[in-house]
Amino acid sequence: MHNPLSRRLALPVVLALAVMLLASGTIAGAPMRSSWDARACGRIGGTLVFGQAQDAVGLDPADVEDGFSVNNTSNVFDTLVRFSAQGTQVEPSLAESWTVSPDGLVWTFKLRRGVRFHDGTPLDAKAVEFSFLRQFDKKNPYHQGTFAYAEFTLESVKSIQAVGTDSIRFTLKSANASFIAMLAMFSNAVSSPTAIRKYGKDYFKHPTGTGPFKFVEWVQKDHATYEANKEYWGGRPCVDRLIIRGIPDNTVRLLEMEKGSIQIMDQVNPPDYARIRGNSALTLFTGPGLNVGYVAMNVGKEPFNDVRIRRALNYAVNKPALVRAFYGGIAAPAVNPMPPTIWGYNHSVQPYEYSVAKAKQLLAEAGYPNGFSTELYWPNRARPYLTQPQKIAEALQSQLAQAGIRAKLVTFEWGTYLSKTRNGEHPMAILGWIGDNGDPDNFLYVLLDKDNTTVGKASNIAFYKSNAVHDLLIKAQQVTDQAQRAKYYEQAQVVIHNDAPWVPLVYGARVAAYRKQVQNFSLHPLQIFWLYRVWLNP
Amino acid sequence: MGRYLARRLVELVPVAFGVLLVVFAISHLTPGDPVLIALGEHATPEAIDHLRAELQLNDPLPIQFGKYLGRALRGDLGRSIQNNEEVTEELRNRFPATIELTVAAMLIASAVGVLTGVIAAARQNSWFDGASMVVALFGFSMPIFWLGIMLILLFAWYLGWFPISGRLDYTVEITRVTNLYIVDAILTRNWPALENALRHLVLPAVTLATVPLAIIARMTRSSLLEVLRQDYVRTARAKGLTERRVVSRHALKNAFIPVITVIGLNVGALLGGAILTETIFAWPGVGRLVVDAIFARDYPLVQGVVLVIALVFVLVNLLVDVSYAVLDPRIRYG
Repeated sequence: MHNPLSRRLALPVVLALAVMLLASGTIAGAPMRSSWDARACGRIGGTLVFGQAQDAVGLDPADVEDGFSVNNTSNVFDTLVRFSAQGTQVEPSLAESWTVSPDGLVWTFKLRRGVRFHDGTPLDAKAVEFSFLRQFDKKNPYHQGTFAYAEFTLESVKSIQAVGTDSIRFTLKSANASFIAMLAMFSNAVSSPTAIRKYGKDYFKHPTGTGPFKFVEWVQKDHATYEANKEYWGGRPCVDRLIIRGIPDNTVRLLEMEKGSIQIMDQVNPPDYARIRGNSALTLFTGPGLNVGYVAMNVGKEPFNDVRIRRALNYAVNKPALVRAFYGGIAAPAVNPMPPTIWGYNHSVQPYEYSVAKAKQLLAEAGYPNGFSTELYWPNRARPYLTQPQKIAEALQSQLAQAGIRAKLVTFEWGTYLSKTRNGEHPMAILGWIGDNGDPDNFLYVLLDKDNTTVGKASNIAFYKSNAVHDLLIKAQQVTDQAQRAKYYEQAQVVIHNDAPWVPLVYGARVAAYRKQVQNFSLHPLQIFWLYRVWLNP
Repeated sequence: MGRYLARRLVELVPVAFGVLLVVFAISHLTPGDPVLIALGEHATPEAIDHLRAELQLNDPLPIQFGKYLGRALRGDLGRSIQNNEEVTEELRNRFPATIELTVAAMLIASAVGVLTGVIAAARQNSWFDGASMVVALFGFSMPIFWLGIMLILLFAWYLGWFPISGRLDYTVEITRVTNLYIVDAILTRNWPALENALRHLVLPAVTLATVPLAIIARMTRSSLLEVLRQDYVRTARAKGLTERRVVSRHALKNAFIPVITVIGLNVGALLGGAILTETIFAWPGVGRLVVDAIFARDYPLVQGVVLVIALVFVLVNLLVDVSYAVLDPRIRYG
């Protein structure tokens, strides 16, 4: 996971930062080379076909929510800042550098010069302002869509304004340290103002960005075709054409790859890992993921209002057995509510070990010597953190039964499931979270802060309301110093561990497979398929 | 006949209204919130409120329905909640793929099914009769996804005769006129595209045809057996006609009426049954569209697709009724 280049650059960056800090009294991101540039093409040319489980829903990066669409838009568009090639550190992209006012409220980004959109429109401050305002300003005439992610990523923004021809300024309502990571997210990609004006509501079928691939054609629910942007400011992509196909059935997708009609695929069934490993033409890619799967206990309901009961459940679940049986052995048993791939993870927290005896003892202490009956809600939809939902739910049911907890399994179709758990109808529910931007706030605040326990809209579905945790998480939002923020998050994880509102289950792995001719491919921890540095052997 | 047709066409209006009302009610009263699904795990309370207002989901249901109906009458079925696409446009793009698949499957099922049924009936209790009816029973009870994968494994993956999935290779250029690729290829005299589209069509069409084929074969057999016991058939035989002539000239036409009915009804089942086939073969049709739309509670899209499927179903069965009159001179509509 570690990228040698970023380490080599670390010192000059820190020095440059220090110099700027002294010179201007502001915190600044210095101009630096990107970790993506280091990955040169071994060969130019060819057509790369990537098969994923669904075709895109739309191609307007600001107005999509699903990962399949994002795998398309992320190859066509750039953001002001971007995540590093192998991690979630934020680097310059369309913005060469940026400054933050001492109070953390005003962020000014200086744009790269000479960049053009695929339709020839020059990228300048006005274009960037236009692109952001259409998703941010609800009265904007081009605000014609859902723009769901803007609600979340630009939530702390008060105003957005072009400064001169080559700078863009964001003024925040309150200091928000994770703002820079939000800007790197796919939805804040910059679109051509000319194309937006030209296509209006149909812009989602005519994506026009500045990125490494140019849009050619989209046959909905089938495939999209892109060609190399040979004038790309970051250097042309290695392949000439990129095709992204939607092939819903996992087995059929694998057969297509074995035949060679696609070269990369997502979402491999765990039982197929062995088949891929046994095929000399294929490679299975695995790496730690940026997600967590968990059982939330509704602390507002008896008997889960008793911490002893919640700890008893933590002792009763055998996580390594789940990982072996249902994740092809490549996930990791979870300890904290966020994965260790994120900074701020507390490595000193010791997991509750698997011990039916301890679970029974705690149940007896809490007044349930013979256990109790309850319900376990489970979502009938495979996710990276929940590869085989029904089997995992059944395994949990039998593990809990050994400690005397008789859980009836309850499920609903995904949309209904989300509603019911947000309403807090469940005593216990299995759910998970896939990180958006590699910031601890994106896990801990969203999933376990008392601010997010409003019935009907709760994302904290344990309805866990700890003032101690809340104070730490709010403080961590307000300071910009990452080391200090990390300390707050580490403390919060200790409190959460002791209060045990969840049984953290697993950190799901990120998995993909590809043909051996594919070079320089790695699936980003955010599980977005950035393909512009991939090249093909003949 | 003209008046009858006109009356039946006018009857489409209340049918369409009924379909719209029922689908609207069912989709809106099903638990699950399109806003929550769109925003997913990330919904903030403000975002939920805002989006609900944007999609005009705050109005009482009757008012929402009234507005929808008003627009639908002007040919505007609204825009998809998921991606803002006009529902009519989505239907125009996707329905042809399903029609192509359904028609191909129906042709296979009718041709092979009728032929099998006729032979089985003509040689009742022969080995062919027994074997074909067992196979038909097998075909009827086979899970489609399993059959589809098996066909892919044998004919596409192992033998390489057909492509594994998709509707057309991305390397093949085609000018889209009707979006029925086979028709488009013929219209533009694009023979490589025609060949490619046909090869893509074979496996999914055979998969989709299996169940109706089995039903049609069994129906044809039993219907023909019944007709063969009629007096006029005995008369024909007594005249000294060959068995082949008895069956083809005298019995078959009369045996067809229930078969045609079954075929008509199966078109509806096929439009629905295409969902699984389309998923296995990555076929970009309306079956997958409607499933995705249902899971996303994309109300306008669900309503639009179901409306069109219902209308097609009604039209096909109108066609069936008309064909009765053609087959049997005693049936007259006035």
